[in-house]
Amino acid sequence: MLFFMETFIGGLMAGVMYSLVALGFVLIYKASGIFNFAQGVFALFAGLALYDFIAEGGWFFGLFGFTLPIWAGIIATMGVMVIVAWLVERVVLRHLVNQEPIILFMSTIGLAYVMEGLGDIMFGSDVKPLDIGLPQGASDFLLDSFNLYVEKLEVVAAGTAAVLVIVLAIFFQKTRIGRALRAVADDHQAALSVGISLNTIWVIVWSVSGFVALVAGIMWGSKSGIQFSLSLIALKALPVLILGGFTSVPGAIIGGLIIGVGEKVAEVYAGPFVGGAIENWFAYMLALAFLLVRPQGLFGEKIIERV
Amino acid sequence: MFYREAGQFKTSYDADQAVFPILQDRVVIYAFAFIAVFVVPFIINDYWANAILLQFLVYALAAIGLNILTGYCGQVSLGTGGFMAVGAYASYKFVTSFPELNYIVVVLLSGGVTATVGVLFGLPSLRIKGFYLAVATLAAQFFLIWLFNKVGWFFNYSPTGMIVSPPREIFGFQITGPEATPAARYLFCLGFVGVFALAAKNIVRGRIGRNWMAIRDMDIAAELIGIRPLQTKLMAFAVSSFYIGVAGALYFGVWLGSAEPTEAFDINQSFLVLFMIIIGGLGSIVGSFMGAAFMVLVPILLKNIMVDGFDFAVGVAKHVEVTLLGALIIFFLIVEPHGLARLWQILKEKLRRWPFPY
Amino acid sequence: MAHQRHIGETILSVDNISLAFGGVKALTDVSFSVREHEIFAIIGPNGAGKSSMLNCINGFYHPHQGTITFKGKARRQVRPSEAAREGIARTFQNIALFTGMSTLDNIMTGRNTKMHKGLFWQALHFGPARDEEIEHRHFVEEIIDFLEIEAIRKTPVGTLPYGLQKRVELGRALAAQPDLLLLDEPMAGMNLEEKQDMCRYILDVNDEFGTTIVLIEHDMGVVMDISDRVVVLDYGKKLADGTPDEVRTNQDVIDAYLGVAHGDE
Repeated sequence: MLFFMETFIGGLMAGVMYSLVALGFVLIYKASGIFNFAQGVFALFAGLALYDFIAEGGWFFGLFGFTLPIWAGIIATMGVMVIVAWLVERVVLRHLVNQEPIILFMSTIGLAYVMEGLGDIMFGSDVKPLDIGLPQGASDFLLDSFNLYVEKLEVVAAGTAAVLVIVLAIFFQKTRIGRALRAVADDHQAALSVGISLNTIWVIVWSVSGFVALVAGIMWGSKSGIQFSLSLIALKALPVLILGGFTSVPGAIIGGLIIGVGEKVAEVYAGPFVGGAIENWFAYMLALAFLLVRPQGLFGEKIIERV
Repeated sequence: MFYREAGQFKTSYDADQAVFPILQDRVVIYAFAFIAVFVVPFIINDYWANAILLQFLVYALAAIGLNILTGYCGQVSLGTGGFMAVGAYASYKFVTSFPELNYIVVVLLSGGVTATVGVLFGLPSLRIKGFYLAVATLAAQFFLIWLFNKVGWFFNYSPTGMIVSPPREIFGFQITGPEATPAARYLFCLGFVGVFALAAKNIVRGRIGRNWMAIRDMDIAAELIGIRPLQTKLMAFAVSSFYIGVAGALYFGVWLGSAEPTEAFDINQSFLVLFMIIIGGLGSIVGSFMGAAFMVLVPILLKNIMVDGFDFAVGVAKHVEVTLLGALIIFFLIVEPHGLARLWQILKEKLRRWPFPY
Repeated sequence: MAHQRHIGETILSVDNISLAFGGVKALTDVSFSVREHEIFAIIGPNGAGKSSMLNCINGFYHPHQGTITFKGKARRQVRPSEAAREGIARTFQNIALFTGMSTLDNIMTGRNTKMHKGLFWQALHFGPARDEEIEHRHFVEEIIDFLEIEAIRKTPVGTLPYGLQKRVELGRALAAQPDLLLLDEPMAGMNLEEKQDMCRYILDVNDEFGTTIVLIEHDMGVVMDISDRVVVLDYGKKLADGTPDEVRTNQDVIDAYLGVAHGDE
């Protein structure tokens, strides 16, 4: 029983990590109707930039001779992500208004490649440890009281994700900008015609998404170092979004948790029978099953087509 | 001036429907074909075969296959790598289990197996569309790679997990294996590509091609005028997977000679072929060729310029390549979503008038 | 406008059809019948359920009550592609053409149910597939001739102006040689000249091919002029049906929809 609990909690924690990245996807999808394949690369890029600001191995140190304290580094990275968002809007999105979703999706694949390549060129492709003072190691409290091995870092990640979800949910439902974002997601041209400035909205959204990417990058980076496999998270996020619904913030969380737990449990309990490494495809099969039964996911909106 | 079609009337529907209705186009194509068949085999060497031509031919075939599914029928697939793997492993099993079997038959059968698998993974396409279907194909991609890694039967329980292509010959010429000459391998692949490209062009300009495009453009309307969506989509999956499977078999058997699933057939392959058809032109057979040529040549050019010319490290050249490809994808999607094929058409339009501006 | 046509027996019978989307009742207990070779109009205010009615007839919507009998076969629901094969064709309120293809290809897709040569022959092209293609091309060219759209044969339909697109859509429906042609607001958005052209095409189709036509239309002049019989829908219910004159003078219809002309009548 204990082993199952540990597996379960381990899955939950992995799931929280997925959710963090999936959140960024949901934001952009909710507001621009685009599935941003580059979200994972954003997280990687944000992590790389942060590392560069605060560690002595980076350009910043080489140029200026000092590194930034962590809080300043985070703010500076945020600034970088806003610039990235602005550039993306200017160079890519502006020219693709009202194209079909699949064209937009493919352009984000291109974007992912560009940012990954640039990231590698600018910062080098070796793994970088990210230490911003987040607690490491197992939670002594849980270990002593319940005999459960849970990493403190993952608890922090879970808490952060919860806070983010609440903030974002409020943002979308209650604020004027949130409403504008939802309008843009529905119909670009209609939004334009009621005076919503598409460009500003997109910069806002991609910046917020950049912030979420930064958080995800920090969490993942602290756990296993900044490495390029972060960019492959995009692929894992797809099943999460299918389960949760592409437009639902709580859905991203729940979807992530389900995938996380499902993967771990399947790997541990069913894996040995078939040679292991089920994790590679389990999430997708689960998503496929969902697509056949409930295509809009648990919390998404049903799309009705009229002729 | 050189490109005027004035005077070229079509007096029958048949002539109107020809693949290359304009005389000048036909001349160029015949010239290309002549060079490809009668000149190249005599001047080809190992480097050209391995680094460029075989790779181009194999990818051109895969690009045609993916274009059929995604460009003509509008069903996005990210599973190309996995399906190429099916073709490769099927050919391996046929070749090792039935050593007497003619290699051409082996390749065709591998295509058939891949077509069946393709139809299986295409079944969800009735209920899910567009972007979500891409996710289903991702499931196929990851599952198939896992399968070929784990299940020993596929690689005949070899301890390395790799599959190696045993020597085979056609009409007395070695096609696979270490003794095979570049010319023989080249002609073998060229034969397949030539026949199947022509077949593809015939299919897409006929009833089946129109049905595919109808599904792509507005599948609800297509159903309402009598096109059966499931059959049409599954046909697209079947034909597309056949082509990709044949490409996979040739990729492993004739070009590489050996393969290991994660390296040769992973998700990056799927993206590579997808990029080929985006850059080359969605919904264009000629575009598939252009896209394949482009994606094969760019890394080579970059390496020659950057590494040999300017002494950059190989790793840096690779990263520049990645960045450049991404930028090109975005560029094409913004400027010309119909890719090089459309740019080529526009060029021909201008050639009609040249040297006059309008 | 008297037509020398032979109007036949009932070809389409709609009996007690009810259709609801969640709480919204699109159609409630609607019944009418259409005779072979006649021109039948469905009129009514916006939201009355006219398009929904057409959608039920050709299988896009599935009513939860009632029967539709076409050519003797009674059914409540049918798959759209099956309805097309039974001989029902239609045009749409918001044009549903295949924007990636040319005019010619769009109309050729209308011939799809009549073309049968399979994959192998298609791949080969020379032989049976090519002969079939040419044979059907002949038929489609007749339609192109009839609708006077030769000049835009090879143009991608996405670039055509609205009026021409509607004509191409009609061509695609005609290509299927339907027994029953459903036209959803075929004159919408057209100027007077275009409307006259469209009227002429509709009447010619009915005259030459004997196609039964059911059309939804808001232009009362057109409706009264060319239809043999009319049914009036309002809020999903049938208000009246009969000949144009009968319907025009029906008090319920006047109250709900037509109104009374001021000054002359």
